[in-house]
Amino acid sequence: MSGLAISARGLTRRFGELTAVDHIDLSVEKGRIFGFLGPNGSGKTTAIRMLCGLLTPSDGNVEVLGRRIPADAEPLRREIGYMTQKFSLYTDLTTLENLRFMARVYGLGRGERRRRIDEVLEQFALTELRGRQLQAMSGGQRQRVALAVATLHRPTLLFLDEPTSAVDPENRRDFWEKLFDLSEAGTTILVSTHYMDEAERCHRLAILERGRVRRDDSPQALMGALDGRVVEVSGSDLRTLRAQLMVRPEVVSAAQQGSRLRVLFDAGAEAPLEQLHSAAQGHTCQLARPNLEDVFMAATSGGRA
Amino acid sequence: MSSPGRIAAVAHKEFLQLARDRMSFGMIVMIPLVQLLLFGYAINTMVRNIPIAVVDLSGSATARVITEQVRVNQVVDIVSYLHTPQQAEAAVIAGEVRAALIFPRDLARRIASGDTVGQWLVDGSDTTVSQVLLGLRNMPLQLQAGAPAGAYQASEPSFEVSLFFNPERRSAVNIVPGLTAIVLTMTMILFTSLALVRERELGNMELLITTPIHPLELMVGKLVPYTLAGLVQVAIILGLGHVIFKVPFAGGLGTLAVATLSFVAASLTLGLLLSTIARSQLQAMQLTVFILLPSILLSGFMFPYDAMPEVAQWIAEAFPATHFVRLVRGVVLRGAQLEQLAGDILWLCAFTAVVLLVATARFNKRLD
Repeated sequence: MSGLAISARGLTRRFGELTAVDHIDLSVEKGRIFGFLGPNGSGKTTAIRMLCGLLTPSDGNVEVLGRRIPADAEPLRREIGYMTQKFSLYTDLTTLENLRFMARVYGLGRGERRRRIDEVLEQFALTELRGRQLQAMSGGQRQRVALAVATLHRPTLLFLDEPTSAVDPENRRDFWEKLFDLSEAGTTILVSTHYMDEAERCHRLAILERGRVRRDDSPQALMGALDGRVVEVSGSDLRTLRAQLMVRPEVVSAAQQGSRLRVLFDAGAEAPLEQLHSAAQGHTCQLARPNLEDVFMAATSGGRA
Repeated sequence: MSSPGRIAAVAHKEFLQLARDRMSFGMIVMIPLVQLLLFGYAINTMVRNIPIAVVDLSGSATARVITEQVRVNQVVDIVSYLHTPQQAEAAVIAGEVRAALIFPRDLARRIASGDTVGQWLVDGSDTTVSQVLLGLRNMPLQLQAGAPAGAYQASEPSFEVSLFFNPERRSAVNIVPGLTAIVLTMTMILFTSLALVRERELGNMELLITTPIHPLELMVGKLVPYTLAGLVQVAIILGLGHVIFKVPFAGGLGTLAVATLSFVAASLTLGLLLSTIARSQLQAMQLTVFILLPSILLSGFMFPYDAMPEVAQWIAEAFPATHFVRLVRGVVLRGAQLEQLAGDILWLCAFTAVVLLVATARFNKRLD
């Protein structure tokens, strides 16, 4: 077996006129957390559904855990776990009832069922909540149950579609700790998100926009590639300065953050800092460390493409 | 892997959800109860207490005797005594009475010459009512208190009618067993037609189809709890029908159970098929009504099957309810045995098998 959990070439899905996913290539290494970063409608969910075998690709070759998709989708189902974007467990059942139901559906034997349910209850701090119906739980608690269900049958590959969109920041951090535990134990995780802080935690990141992969690398490499292209300006009348800068072709984006303006230059721009010094007389300019938002803006051409 | 285990898992899950869904749970009990009382008491094909008026132009004692005899048969209820035929006609047109009985001035002469004694003015707009009043035309009369019945017409009834199975002609006896077919059609199809659509709308389906579950396991698992619900409903209707409306129970419980199970299975799978067609719960309900109406109208529950035109009978045969109306009346009223009912039962079983396979084939474990 290769070291890849997912390998996709030219993966495409069209819905009538719309091409939701447009010839994307993906290589997801085993045991890694791979992120899909992109705005709503960028094709994240469609791509994940195709990789799970829920949607038939219009074009392209996909291998997931060494199996051809969609032909071999059925045997693959035992090896993958899927957390849907929309909460999909039974809210009128309790934690334990949901777990028992899914364990039986996955065909776990009686003894193993009991053992695994106890394990995940412990692992995701759900023991206290095992008798509670999901409709009486908070978003963070529900997501823990959903993750527990998704990992119940010990999948080697997990698909998580915007798992933390209904979760507050603190629970989001806890949730990611669980993901790293799973990753440490050898599970490959593909997670989609539109949060920059989450994306930065991934081992590797694909930035999706309008169905295409715009960048695909580790977050560090993606940010490092922008070194020297991000300049922060502080001073007065930043709104006017921003308007002046935005018309320049070499400026990708200029975003105000409090009393500073964060300016991202195009890859071809020469000496950004010096350019700004002359353009913004009377302002203080200094190079800033690129962050993922800059990467995202650069990858999507500031949304102006 | 273990298919029975997965079916049991789905069935158990459906049980839990059904038990917590008070509305659905209530419907299982309340629909048969309400329908039973409604149909048993209110809907009565035996006509009684039709409001009529009497106009006596003769003012004779004979007229009073005849009026009294008409009154005691309970078919009519004399609500007013009027003075002229014109008043009577106005009352019929106004809908105050459904008919008027008019005795002419020369009543004594007519009786002496063996002529008709009076005239009925009848509102013919309700055929059931007018049919009954037409029957009063030949009512045997005794003209003086104490004289033998039928003395006036001097001829005995030319033939004797003896009614089988329902000698008192109580409609409840006919309606209550047939009602089980209607209540089951309504609730069984509705429950399962919603079953898959609801999971799709709530998002459960997207998770469920990523599991190794086979569509057939899902379908069969969903049928189990509702099958039991169907048996409970039949027990309610026939049990209370027996207690409240004195509906006899001639057949065997085992025969009834087999007949009921085959019909419940047919209705549930039909519901599942609708569920694979409908895209929303609303559509599922509309499709259910689409099946329910012809089931009520054509099954023989409301109108005699034999009186329908041949084409309507063919269509009726396609609906499981038609077969079950026949089965349940056979078992409950005539005490028919299993082998005498085999045709309809086999038809229902074949229907179940075919529809279940079609529904399974239609159920796709994909989203596209």
